[in-house]
Amino acid sequence: MMAARSVSFDADAHFMEAGMESPLDEDRVHDSFTQLIEEQSQDLNNQAMEMSSLDLEDETRDDVPSLSGAGSCVGVCEDGGDTDPLMEPCWSTATLRVLSSMPSRTIGRSRGAILSQYYNRTMQLCRRRQSRPAVHSFSRSARPSICGYRVETDPANFDREENKRERLVNNLQSLSESDRVRMLKAIPLNLAEKQELRRLALNKTDRSLSRSEIPCCSQLKYYIIIAFRQSWYVWLSFLSSLQLWQTALKTVSGRFGTGVLSYFVFLRTLLFFNFFLLLVLGLFLVVPQAVRPPTPLSSVHFYGLELLTGAGYFTDSLMYYGYYSNYTLTKTCGNTNDQSSCGFHLSYNMPLAYFFTIGMAFFITCIILVYSMSKSFGQSFRVDRSKGLLAMKVFCSWDFKVTKKSSVRLQSENISTQLKELVAEVNRKEVKSSWLQRLATVCIQILAWTICIGSTAACTCAIYYFSEHMHKDLQVRVRSSSNTTESLLLKEASLLALPVAVSSINLLIPGFFNTVAWMEEYDSPSKRNYVAIFRNLMLKVSVLGVLCYHWLGRVAADPGSVSLKCWESFVGQELYRFLLMDFIFTMLNTFFGEFLWRLFSQKVLKKERKPVFDIARNVLELIYGQTLAWLGVLFTPLLPVVQVIKLLFLFYMKKTSLMMNCQAPRKPWRASQMTTFFITLLCFPSFLGAAVCVTYTMWTIKPSDSCGPFRGLNTMFQSGKIWVEQLAKNDQKFSWLLLAHKYLVENPFFLFLAAGIFLIVIYFHSQVVDGQRKIIELLQEQIENEGEDKKFLITRLQDIHEQKRPLSSRRIRGASEESSFS
Amino acid sequence: MKNKHLQKISFIILKMFPNFKQQYFLSRLFHRYRDLAPQLVPLDYTNQPDVRLPYELIGSMPELKDNPFRQRIAEVFSEDGEGNMTLDDFLDMFSVLSEMAPRDLKAYYAFKIYDFNNDNFICKSDLEKTLNKLTRNELTEDEVRMVCEKVIDEADLDNDGRLSLEDFQHMIVRAPDFLREVCNFHHRFTSTMRGKMRKKIQEITL
Repeated sequence: MMAARSVSFDADAHFMEAGMESPLDEDRVHDSFTQLIEEQSQDLNNQAMEMSSLDLEDETRDDVPSLSGAGSCVGVCEDGGDTDPLMEPCWSTATLRVLSSMPSRTIGRSRGAILSQYYNRTMQLCRRRQSRPAVHSFSRSARPSICGYRVETDPANFDREENKRERLVNNLQSLSESDRVRMLKAIPLNLAEKQELRRLALNKTDRSLSRSEIPCCSQLKYYIIIAFRQSWYVWLSFLSSLQLWQTALKTVSGRFGTGVLSYFVFLRTLLFFNFFLLLVLGLFLVVPQAVRPPTPLSSVHFYGLELLTGAGYFTDSLMYYGYYSNYTLTKTCGNTNDQSSCGFHLSYNMPLAYFFTIGMAFFITCIILVYSMSKSFGQSFRVDRSKGLLAMKVFCSWDFKVTKKSSVRLQSENISTQLKELVAEVNRKEVKSSWLQRLATVCIQILAWTICIGSTAACTCAIYYFSEHMHKDLQVRVRSSSNTTESLLLKEASLLALPVAVSSINLLIPGFFNTVAWMEEYDSPSKRNYVAIFRNLMLKVSVLGVLCYHWLGRVAADPGSVSLKCWESFVGQELYRFLLMDFIFTMLNTFFGEFLWRLFSQKVLKKERKPVFDIARNVLELIYGQTLAWLGVLFTPLLPVVQVIKLLFLFYMKKTSLMMNCQAPRKPWRASQMTTFFITLLCFPSFLGAAVCVTYTMWTIKPSDSCGPFRGLNTMFQSGKIWVEQLAKNDQKFSWLLLAHKYLVENPFFLFLAAGIFLIVIYFHSQVVDGQRKIIELLQEQIENEGEDKKFLITRLQDIHEQKRPLSSRRIRGASEESSFS
Repeated sequence: MKNKHLQKISFIILKMFPNFKQQYFLSRLFHRYRDLAPQLVPLDYTNQPDVRLPYELIGSMPELKDNPFRQRIAEVFSEDGEGNMTLDDFLDMFSVLSEMAPRDLKAYYAFKIYDFNNDNFICKSDLEKTLNKLTRNELTEDEVRMVCEKVIDEADLDNDGRLSLEDFQHMIVRAPDFLREVCNFHHRFTSTMRGKMRKKIQEITL
């Protein structure tokens, strides 16, 4: 009861308690208002003439404590320039009583008020537990009415307080043991007083319950519980310390705000996705193949350029599709001495494994993506809609658990940045401009959009023709067939031309977009960011579209033209090159664009300002890289490794560069929906595009004849069918599988059905979130209305009092003059 | 497997709690309290001696040391309102600040903590103080003023220009993280911490 976490409590009952202060109670309060008004008007009718001087004295005396209670704060509020219509000085005593006994003013004011408040609560609890509908059977003061509060505003009235306590104790006794304990726990009173209450409550009930002996096993039980809980805390803190880059992220958000933070959080998310891919592919594809390597081909000399191109030495390695075998891996026996290890049959159907591993990896990634998307959608809706955001930030954001000095500083830095963002957001809403200005901005925006779309289209065309040119060039090189080392190296180097061209476009065009965006004006920095992200996205998507056409349409459709034995490996190499080039260019950009530019502008131009971190561009680079990685998983099972290494590097590099070279954005802004937006982008164009490409490859394109797990098949998809057919042939039990495969997998109807169900689920989810939002709005409106109701009733009460007032006004004035003299 | 603390203690409060688990935590807290100033606090509490530990000792506990609200916390929980704590106050503080305390109770004491001038309302001046403590005076005056206005605007349901406890509780209900974040440091103290504390106390008292 008093010792910390000494008594278990169940969440359910707790919520019930919390739910008690819901509109239901408000009705009662309103009822009591009408009672009060009736009483007052009765007073007016019957007793107005008989008002005794004693009553008056009582009134004036009553005024003093209730006013002095509120007085100090009224003063402050007047200082702040807030004049509230309800705060007039000439309230009647009745109104003052009501006002000062409204729950909002009494809770926690005095001991008496606390006692009565909890008295009412226990009363409600009793009623609820016994589900006794007859409210009338209770005495009037038992109801949570304002009449009941009448006397408690006077803290000097100890007699009444004792009375209250007596009744509270009575109520506590009627509660069950657990309820009583919980109620006592929740009463905000001193420990000693709680003990007193508890003692009183226990004394009146039978004593046998209170002094029960502690059996030995319960001691043991408590020890176990304590030990378990301690280990649970240790485990929790261990888990939270496992969270990657926690301190780094806090530092970033403290200094640069949530906008920049969202980039790093996104990076971390991507890292987890790639870890997952790496785990699945490594476990089911790479390790089995590495354990049973196929017969090695002629060894190729290692030059060093291969690290960049991924070709040559690496071509026949675990890295690429071509290396994987198309037979069932079995334990090779006979040539070794340990015959005993061949006791059991172990086989691994490599084509099937390849097919299903890729399929499952994509499927699970899809589910995780959609799930996290819907979750963050819900969150951002909630965040955006709740009104008391600033208040919560002020009162609830301090983490009292933080004890380290540096963390404390970090936390306060963080909070102040977020508060600044919120304030900036609030300020921004108030700006308005004339229609002429708006017309001008719209014109400029249209111009900017035209420029951006035009340049994107130009870039796309350029890449299209350049890739065509490079393809023809490759054909020529292949035909010339000079086998000197030089020409081989030159051939390999020429493969790098396309990635370099694409990466430099990716590097330069966003900068161009930024210069275009300079002339535009947007209301908020977040809007500006969304526009920039959208433009970058447009560029990346069109570039990737052209590249996909290049790989699947040109290379895969006619691999003989460039005399490729294994076009899948070639495409895998291409993707590796693109990923690597992207990384190298990002590094260069960080070095030249951020570091040297900072030095240049500070040393040469003598400017104080540092560059601002470009979120849109950096995020889109991440998404671009991730799309490449997903595209390449089919052709290069080890591509996630490259991506993971790249992301790890990128995090530390970007963070260092950010700390060194960048400054916090001049206009702070809150990125409430940024993460949602990024995840959506990752899901919709990026993942979906990659998945469509991979599915298309599996379903329709003929795999190469001389390499890879699917050699000899018409499509990769057939491997599953062949397996099922084999199963059915070997064992009649599995013949249903053949039918199932024929009707479920090959028939596109079920694919559509599954997709349809998926979409419907998403739709329902969004509808539920929307509905919740609407309910929240309605409830908020209800709270407002109830406030209005109360105001109306109070003014009504005051009006009635005003009618009563003239009769005694002289005497009151006299009394007040006396008091002012004294 | 009886706790060694339990054998030593025979103070009266312990007897009132039949629950063994409660006794266990009580005794731990008692030793925590006693470790702050072993020369002041007697082991035997049967006669309920009137011992108060000064705020300087309470405020130097590792849980409070760097907390910007440490003085307020001590003041709110101490009976004399100046941060000097009796054992009862100390137990009170830890029971409220533990994660098992009901939310309403936490909200009540959080409200008290933020109510700097003890007038049972959070007014603008209280808010300003809270903000300055939270952000270490990093906000400009304008920003502080705006935040105060907005906060009162958002959370004040009865339009009286200040926040009452009920307004505060209403707001807290909407903050799902409040339970997790506020006032939750009880499980932090471990034996190692206690050892460190003792050393520090000796430094202070010497």
